[in-house]
Formats: sequence, C-alpha cells, structure tokens
Amino acid sequence: MPHKVISLISVGRHPQSGRSRRADQDSRAVELGLKLAGTDLDVVHAGNSEEPVLRQYAGMGLPKVTVLEQTESADALPALSSYLKAQQADIVLTGVRAESGESSGMMPYLLSEQLGWPIVARVADIVEIKDGEAQVLLALPRGQRRQVTVKLPFIASVDNAAQAARQSAFGPGLRAKMATQSGSTEDDSVRVNWSEAPAKARPKRLKVVKAKTAADRFKAATAKPQGGSGKVMKNETAQEKAQAIFDLLIEEKVIR
Amino acid sequence: MVIDWLPSILIVVLLLLGVIGMLRRASLWRAGQPEKVNIVAGLMAMPGRYLKDLHHVVERDKYMSRTHVATGGGFVLSMVLVLVVHVFKVEEQIVAWALLGALLLMLVGAFFVFKRRLNPPERLSKGPWMRLPKSLITFAVTFIVLTLPAAGILPEGTGGVALIAVLSIGVIIGLGELLFGMGWGGPMKHAFAGALHLAFHRRPERFGGGRSTGLKPANLDGDVLGVAKPSDFKWNQLLGFDACVQCGKCQAMCPAFAAGQPLNPKKLIQDMVVGLAGGSDANYAGSPYPGKEIGQAKGSPNEIITAGLVSQETLWSCTTCRACVEECPMMIEHVDAIVDMRRFLTMEKGETPNKGSEVLENIIATDNPGGYAPGSRTNWAADQNLAVMKDKKEVDVLFWVSDGAFDMRSQRILRAFVKLMKAAKVDVAILGDEERDSGDVARRLGDDATFQSLAKRNLATLGQYKFNKIVTTDPHAYHCLRNEYADFDKDGALAGVEVLHHTTFLNRLVQSGALKLDAFKGGKVTYHDPCYLGRYNGEYEAPRDLLRSLGIEIAEMERSGFRSRCCGGGGGAPITDIPGERRIADMRMEDASATGAELVAVGCQQCTAMLEGVVEPRPEVKDISEILVDQLIEEVH
Repeated sequence: MPHKVISLISVGRHPQSGRSRRADQDSRAVELGLKLAGTDLDVVHAGNSEEPVLRQYAGMGLPKVTVLEQTESADALPALSSYLKAQQADIVLTGVRAESGESSGMMPYLLSEQLGWPIVARVADIVEIKDGEAQVLLALPRGQRRQVTVKLPFIASVDNAAQAARQSAFGPGLRAKMATQSGSTEDDSVRVNWSEAPAKARPKRLKVVKAKTAADRFKAATAKPQGGSGKVMKNETAQEKAQAIFDLLIEEKVIR
Repeated sequence: MVIDWLPSILIVVLLLLGVIGMLRRASLWRAGQPEKVNIVAGLMAMPGRYLKDLHHVVERDKYMSRTHVATGGGFVLSMVLVLVVHVFKVEEQIVAWALLGALLLMLVGAFFVFKRRLNPPERLSKGPWMRLPKSLITFAVTFIVLTLPAAGILPEGTGGVALIAVLSIGVIIGLGELLFGMGWGGPMKHAFAGALHLAFHRRPERFGGGRSTGLKPANLDGDVLGVAKPSDFKWNQLLGFDACVQCGKCQAMCPAFAAGQPLNPKKLIQDMVVGLAGGSDANYAGSPYPGKEIGQAKGSPNEIITAGLVSQETLWSCTTCRACVEECPMMIEHVDAIVDMRRFLTMEKGETPNKGSEVLENIIATDNPGGYAPGSRTNWAADQNLAVMKDKKEVDVLFWVSDGAFDMRSQRILRAFVKLMKAAKVDVAILGDEERDSGDVARRLGDDATFQSLAKRNLATLGQYKFNKIVTTDPHAYHCLRNEYADFDKDGALAGVEVLHHTTFLNRLVQSGALKLDAFKGGKVTYHDPCYLGRYNGEYEAPRDLLRSLGIEIAEMERSGFRSRCCGGGGGAPITDIPGERRIADMRMEDASATGAELVAVGCQQCTAMLEGVVEPRPEVKDISEILVDQLIEEVH
C-alpha cells in the first residue's frame, strides 16, 4: 500500500535580496516527498493561493498544490492540524524553520503535540518504509548521520543536509492547479503582538589562533570540538535527568 | 517508333514523380507551427536573395562559388530547355544549340564537383553526396548526346535502338538524381528546399546586407514552452533544416566541435531533418558529434527530441557564438533552434545542467547570477563619484554597468572606462542599484520567462529617465538592449536611444579629439573579437580604430573579424560546463599566441575572464578601455 506523504511549504525569503522565494528547507521537504511518493505527494500551504512562490514549488513537477486559504494574520496551526488529521497522513515533512514570519521552528512540534504523533527533527533522508515503520537518517553536525526507526505516522523536519531541491521549471509551475480549501480564521495571537525589525549582527567571539603549525591549524579547523563537560545519563531516574537539564538551563542562563 | 519517345516519356514521368515528392516534403514542413510569412514577396525576393546574399557567403570559397554557378546555373537553364526541346519538341535549331551550351556549362561545373570529391575534406558529408558529381555528369553527357540530332550535328535516328536504350538509362540516372531525388530527399533536395527557405526565411532582415541576431521571444502562454518535438518548430524552421547541403562549414568553425564537446552543428541540423521526416541517422555520412556513435539517433515529428534523437549535452555544448550561422551558405539558423530546444529543457523539464539551476535561481531571486545582494550593486563605484539616474533624471549618456559590477576583475574594466569618460567630460550617470541583470544568461539558458521579466522591469526603470545614449562595456548586455529588448518595449523606453558598446563610444571620443592619448609603447598586440560585439552586432572596426589610434599595428589572428573564434564564455557554456577534450579558451589563446602577441586586447569582460583563465605563460589580457587608460594624457590643473 502506498503511503500518504504530505510536505508542508511556506513562503521563503532570500537572505541577500529579502525577496520571496521557495524556502530552502521546505523545498528539500518537497524533494524528499517526491522521492517517497512521486507525484502522489500532497504539498500543502496555509496562506494565500495567489502567492507566486507557490508556482516555484509547483515547478518541481507537482500537478497540484493544496492551499488552505487564509489571511496572513491567521494562525496556520489549526488549519494544518485538522487537514492532516482528515487526510490520515503517514509522513508529514516540513522544514526545520521558516524563512519568514515567526520563524520559530515550532510548527512541526506544535503539530506533533496536537496530533499526538512522534516528531523526528533534522532528517537527512528517509531510507525505507516497511511494516508501518520508517528507517530515518538524522543529520548530525559534520556530516554525521544517525539511523533511527520511527513508527508511522510521524512528523519530520528536513535538515539542510537532505537532498537539495530539484530545479523549478516555469511551465509546469504555471499550469499546476491550486486546490483551495478554507483555512483557519483564528488570528495568530502570538504573532499579532510581534513587531518585525531587521536583525542586528550578532557579536562574534574573537578566534585566537594558537596553532603554531599548518597541521595544527588544519586540525583546529576540522576536528570535532571536544565538549568535555558533557555527561551521559543512562541509569538515573527521570527525575534526576530532568533536574540535570534544568540545572544546565539555569547555568546557561536560558531560564532565570 | 515507340522507343524514340522513351526519353521524353521518362522525362515527364520523373518530373511528375519529383513533383509528387516535393509536395510530400512540403507536407512534412507543414507539420510545424504556423508562422506568418509574406509568400508572394518572399518568392519575388528569392532569386535576388540567392544571387546576392547566398552567393556572398559562398563567394568566400571562390572555387566552390564558380563551380556552383556553372553547375547550378547550367542545370536550371538546361532543365528548362530540355522540356522545350525534348518534351514540347520545339524544333528550332537555335534552341537546341542553347541547350547544348547550357549542358556544356553544367558539364564543366560537374567536372569540378567531381574533382573536389576525389579527395574531399573531412567537413564534407560522404555517402550519397559522393555519387552526386557522377549523376551530374551522366545527366549532362546524356542530354548532350540526346540533343545532338536536334542541333543538326547528327542525323536523326543515329545509333538506332541501342543508343536510345543507353540514353534512356542515362536519363533515368541523371533525372533520377536531379528531379526525383530533389523531391524524395536525395542530395539535390537542397536546391528545392533551399530556394523555398530563402523565400520564406524566418529572418528576412538578414538579406540585403542586414543583420538579425536577436532571439525571438518564447510564447509563454503555449501548451508547451520551447521546442519539445520537431513539430514544435515553426514550419519555416523545418524548411530551413531541409535546405542543408552538408558542406560542414559550420562544423569547421564550431568551437565546441573543435574542443571535442558533443556538438556538431551539421549533424544537429541533419538530426532535425531525421526528426521532421522520421527515421534514424544511420544514413548520415558526415562527422559525428565528438564521442558519440552514429546510428543510435531515432526520431519522428511527434517524438520528444531529447528522448533519443539529440542528447541534452549536445544542446548545452553550444556557446551561441553564431560562427555556424555566419558561415552557413544556406543561411540556416542553428542558434535559434538550439535555444528553442533549451527552452523546453529549462522551462518544461527543469533540467538545466550543472550550475544552471543555481544561476537561474539566483537571477530570479537577486537579479544577478551570483546571488549577491541587489543593494551591493553599486559598491564597486563607491570611490568613483558617479552620478545616479535617480538624482539626475536626465543625462546624455547612461552607463549600463552590467553584472561586471560584482566581479573584481571586471570592476577594473569599469573603472578604466569611467576614468576615460571623466577625462572626456562626458555627461554620464548610472542606474545604480536600480539596474538589473540584462537577462542574457537566462535567455541563452532557455529561461525566457525570466529574461522577459527582467527585460520588462529594466525597461520600466529606463522609461523613468531621459538619456540620449546607453553605453555598456558588456557586449552581451549590449546585444540584449540593442536587439532583444525592442520586443518588450511597449512604452518606447528605448525609442530614439542609441545603444553603444564602449569601444564604439570611445572611438567617437578619440576621433572628435575629446580624449588625448599617448602612443602605445608595449610589444605586439592582437585583438580578439567578442562574438556578441562582432557577429551579433557587426562592430569590427571601432575597437581596431582605437588600437590604431594608439599607434598599434594589430597582429591579426588567423580567425578574426567575422570568423573570430569564441572564447567559450557565451551562451551560458561556462555554467553548463559540458566536458570536452580541450577547453575552448585554451584554443583561442593558442590562436593569440601564434601571432607572437604579448597582449590580447578584448572588448568584453566575459572574454577577459575566459582568456585570463588560461594557464601561463600566455599573453596578457586587457580590455581596450584598460589599454587606453594607461595611455591617457591627463590635463593637470
């Protein structure tokens, strides 16, 4: 039985020009979806069906794009979660974070919370789907991968390490159907209170190069950072583990 | 006696069969898309186009032009007279003598065709073309003998039945080639298709010394964008393919072929013929695409071309240098066809190879192929104190900077040109960050949608300001602005504006005395003609005049002027980067080194980049504006 794969897409933003474009990670999610489901892939956007960027996604060879029609200020979450529930999706692919809007990276987590499905974050590839389970490769820093097995249905956010999106072709994009359904009318209460401003450049930590030889410099540039202070907790109780995380967050001044 | 009538009957039968073949051939062309041509005017203009424009090209090879005049002229004349004498039986001796004269002329021509075919150069196709001189000679000799009695040289009935039988065989061989073969796809097809191709050419502006090099806009509302199948070509493009004589002059000039990339313009046109007629390339008897075997290509009018007829790499190997078009005696438009097919690959399939996809995406998102921030376009001119159109509104010269603004090597050219303009006190301004990529690369890569969008947005910007001239250092932008924007210029943003390449403009400044230059003291200098300046726009003299004004005696390369060899940088070729055995830029640098020059003068930032990419030792490469600026005599105040 073919699996129902859904890729969620958003309007991206080019880092140099600030112009709308197909978002890099979202288009990788479409690419991965096309690999898994071919043209049966359902690609879903919550927003304006007139948005020209949707044609750029469609140009990847999608016969249609499902649009949950809603205004810009509306919250995408309820519309998407009720759509996914109704469609009985097996795999839902998203980017790690959007390139515009809140860009909090929370969407896949909120969806998984609402649907009660597991989430796998930063997926590089989905190798195989068999017997209601999927073999998923997670992307770790420096090109490392971790293979995990996940039960269907699940939500996966697609990492930059996944296969780059194929070229978007103008003609098919132009001809693709925009299948519209009504989306949510609830305003995004969080976003309404936000105001957008250009980001300030973050101060960079000065890098003091201590290496004396070329070999040292090469090592410094390529070697894995040695954490040292980390510890692995396997046998402790959940209480102890949670306390350790809590302590760390306080130590790092994430929470006060 | 019946047998006496045999040759006449054969003539009529073969003529009829030939006409049937021609009608069938015409129906193949009609499978193409409609394109408006003026049928009557075209047919009226055809003899003139043949005698003047086509022969102007053939004349470059004196041997062949004389041979063709004798053979072709002799044949046309004798065919008419054969009908008069042998079918309508006009018994005037003077007509028979005229026929003999025409046949003798043809025989002499056919003899020289025969001689060329004894040891034919590699570029010529063999196969059926090898038998053509023999068929021509058979035709001429047969009809000479057949006409002798009518001319009163031999008594009627000489030789009896045996001679008539032999002559009848001669008639079948000769007319079989010349009439039957003309309609049914033999080598003589070129005469029939070629004549009609001249009459219904898609670029009639090319005749009478004109130039028409801008690509035709793609119809973005079509069911299919670009050319997928042979029947997606315009009908007169299909006709044009059929006109090919397989002389291989395109092949001899093609830089991609010479570099061992899988492109041979002649084979490409022949593959298009296979496509329009259906079948395989097994009967093709010329040079293959380098590295590809003959006999594998199959196609028909309604099959996708890149699915078995022509490989994608073949289409992406082209640098759009137009050397093949310039050289083609039949005035076939190879580059149009290649870009038409690329449009399908890019706009329908999304299969632009290598960096193509990335570059197109950058152009769409940032209006420049490098993906740089549009707001940094004018950073190069931070120290140049250049006026910006937004403030000036009205100016004499608008300097179109082009994407060289983002490239540090090209910026040296831009600065040199600005310095020269300032020295000449030119009233100049730039568009600054309002400028966008001209769309040249997008268009050559087949993305006409992006090109058209850029053209329209650039024109809207240009339309806000007043200026008399646009000057640019980039021949590619120059070509787009001058030849391709007009199709989209609904509001006349460029109406009455003179579009100039910087060498043309600088030459005017030098000639008018606005620029004072010292004599050049370096070594030997050669000049490389950029394709988009020379063949595309006919500007060969201004750059040379400029060099001469410095007292430079140009050491010309063997291939220069209209025969200049491409640097390999056009048509998005460095982006699609199809592998070959050699690099085109290396070959061009060898051409330059062969002149003993120490400096290659160029007029194009792309050529500069390509030629400077050749490993040293090699001559230095400089844009003409850089050479001039070194010799500039600055007034001291």
